[in-house]
Amino acid sequence: MSLMLQVNNLSKQFDSLKAVDDLSFTVNEGDVYGFLGQNGAGKSTTIRMLLTLIKPDSGEINIFGKSVLHHRNEVLRQIGAVIERPDLYKYLTAYDNLSIFAKLSGLKISRKLIMDQLQMVGLADRSQSKVRTYSQGMKQRLGIAVALVHNPKLIILDEPTNGLDPQGIADMRNLILTLCREHGKTVIVSSHLLTEIEQIANRMIIIHKGKKITEGSVSELLDPSHTIVELQTIDDSKTLELIKASSWSAFLQPAKSGIRLQMNKVAIPSLAAWLTETGTGVLAINPKNSLEDYFLSLTNPANYVESAAN
Amino acid sequence: MINLIRNVSLLVFFNSASLWVAAQDINTLVLKAKQKIDKVNDYEASGKMKTNVTFLKVPIATVKIYFKKPNKLKVKSEKGISFIPKGAVSINMNNILGNNDYTIIDAGKEMIGNNLVRVARLLPNDDNSDVVLSTIYIDEANNLIRKAKTTTKENGTYELEMTYGRYAAYGLPDKIVFSFNTKDYKLPKGVTFDFDDGSTNNPVDKAKAKKGRAEITFSSYTINKGLPESVFL
Amino acid sequence: MWNLLQIELYKISKRPRTYIAFAAITAIVAIFQFAFKADGGSYMNLMLQSVQDTFDLDKSKAINGYFMCYIILNTLLIQIPILVALVAGDAISGEANMGTLRLLLTKPISRTQIILVKFAASVIYTIGLLIWMALMALFVSLLIFGADDMLIFRVKGDESQILQITKDDIMWRYFAAFGYAAVALTVIAALAILLSVFAENSIGPIIATVCIVIVCTIISNINVPIIDNTIKPWLFTSYLVGWKGFFYIGTNADGEPLKGTIENWPAIRNSLYILLAHIFILISAAVIVFKRKDILS
Repeated sequence: MSLMLQVNNLSKQFDSLKAVDDLSFTVNEGDVYGFLGQNGAGKSTTIRMLLTLIKPDSGEINIFGKSVLHHRNEVLRQIGAVIERPDLYKYLTAYDNLSIFAKLSGLKISRKLIMDQLQMVGLADRSQSKVRTYSQGMKQRLGIAVALVHNPKLIILDEPTNGLDPQGIADMRNLILTLCREHGKTVIVSSHLLTEIEQIANRMIIIHKGKKITEGSVSELLDPSHTIVELQTIDDSKTLELIKASSWSAFLQPAKSGIRLQMNKVAIPSLAAWLTETGTGVLAINPKNSLEDYFLSLTNPANYVESAAN
Repeated sequence: MINLIRNVSLLVFFNSASLWVAAQDINTLVLKAKQKIDKVNDYEASGKMKTNVTFLKVPIATVKIYFKKPNKLKVKSEKGISFIPKGAVSINMNNILGNNDYTIIDAGKEMIGNNLVRVARLLPNDDNSDVVLSTIYIDEANNLIRKAKTTTKENGTYELEMTYGRYAAYGLPDKIVFSFNTKDYKLPKGVTFDFDDGSTNNPVDKAKAKKGRAEITFSSYTINKGLPESVFL
Repeated sequence: MWNLLQIELYKISKRPRTYIAFAAITAIVAIFQFAFKADGGSYMNLMLQSVQDTFDLDKSKAINGYFMCYIILNTLLIQIPILVALVAGDAISGEANMGTLRLLLTKPISRTQIILVKFAASVIYTIGLLIWMALMALFVSLLIFGADDMLIFRVKGDESQILQITKDDIMWRYFAAFGYAAVALTVIAALAILLSVFAENSIGPIIATVCIVIVCTIISNINVPIIDNTIKPWLFTSYLVGWKGFFYIGTNADGEPLKGTIENWPAIRNSLYILLAHIFILISAAVIVFKRKDILS
């Protein structure tokens, strides 16, 4: 699989805030690449640097094997993007918006091309309505149409599900998967929700405070062998003693309170059977992916358990 | 010899004639000049008026001048806008000589150009008259008024200089130079927002700035053909 | 580039605020025309004051279409920078405010091109305003008031003057004056675009442009030698009224106007150079700042 995007040692500082700190990652052709981080983690700053909206203080960005800074127009011609809100010219119609941005992408437009694109996002019958009259979901779809109209190789979607209802979120997910699977597009999609990334991305990066926490394939990062199991029993200290004395002790993890084990998801039924056997009154067995656990801990630092990240 | 005697006698005759003329009573002279003017009942004249006033930068105007006895006079511009000096009515000599209610004083002789003229001062008998004093310079040989100065109570002094040609028989000049007093012109402050191009004025003589001149050059007169009253309205 | 300009003009044409200026001009001109039709004599009396003691003048001839246009331009060209700022000040900041700037800048167009196109569109809009003004103030006035010679009331140094231009010598002066005004207003457009680069809403640059114009105009009108010789020559506002130079007709030694002449062409030419230099500097600054700017909107 060929390399589509390579970011090396990217940094950007705004006054005293280090928004992106020595960030490196790669995106391969055909990837749906998840860009995961809390709000303010540096996702948008990074994406804006990819699109030349923000100038990096240091580091380099190569897309299609070319530096974006030196071959800006050439590179941008093959990128479609929706950055945060899909803001468009509210006083113009959907048709006008789409044809303007298609022209700006250097495209020779035809009425058919524009209408086909609107048809694809289900806005053909509202093509002559001013965007001001559109709902958030319709604007999002039009934004996607704008990003796709010039048939780009790489699509960058910054928080594309923000403000969408559950149906809208599902539609967006399907659209991204279709683009990747059926049209062979490479998609970079940012989100602050792991579940969203988990469902669509094949590779992902997690960033926090501008730094890379981890990067890799989603299947590896969400490997079931790294499942954390939290136990709640009637008498936790007694159960802990029993575990320590058994072969399960190999899976035991340090915890501030309660009992935590790290193990393969498939072993959970055996653990449950053994606990029943030993007569520990089991109240709950709560399996968690370590990444999710870690990611949640970022959102709520009070729950942060250092070991979980490893 | 006979020729010589004839020449001498002619010379004597002409000399005595000129002596006689010189000795002519100033009242008679004024009367003769007036009689000449009196031949004109009305006229319509075409001409060009060139106005020379410091603050006024206006082109030469094509004007028509209408006159009707005793002293109706109207200057109208043919086309465009014209600044007609108010005192222009005094270009009509009837204005000065019209009523006979004045005392004439002989003020000697002067040269105007190549013409020897007699100077007559006309003092109005009426104390309430606007005219305080008129001085006229009469070309004795042709009974033509070459120059006139009128001092008024209200509007200062007007001066007229006349050059005669084709219409001298009617006492009508081919050219009049009319001098008059002007007031200072000041625009109200803050209404113009002018472009200051950095240029400055040539210093103007303040006294000169208050003098205006209008030169009227007549191209033709239509005399005594009658004029409707309406042109003077 | 032409493609981009077409898009920009299309966007401008679709915005309601674009037409505010045209409506404002129409209203102001109509009010002037009505006022002068009803009572132009009073204005003439004010301007002529003492002259009327010495001269007779047909005032109804003096209030004609050409004169009306001059009076209207005299007033409007002081207000019109506000109207130009209304569109030019919105050029970049409006897109930032709407959120379209970031999308625009991810398209394969350089930021320099964007500034130049926005500037060109603002200039075309300005010219559009001037053409509208010419139609309303000049041609409609000519229809209402007719054509005749034109009187220019002017203060030169410490002297007041009345200039008369014959009616066959006026039209070309108006074309030249409108051309000059276009250059002068382009400076305002360039200033508004520069300010617009810094802001993320359009109110800021519009108000800032108007404030700068007002402050500079006040300084340009302070008659103190130290300002006359130092600051004034460099302020663009000192040259905004330079269009009037085309109506200061040249005269001969007798003070008689010479048809087809201008009293001080070098002064107008130099004003144009200074205005063009302003445009160049302001737009260059806008390009430099915009190229370096991080788009966070």
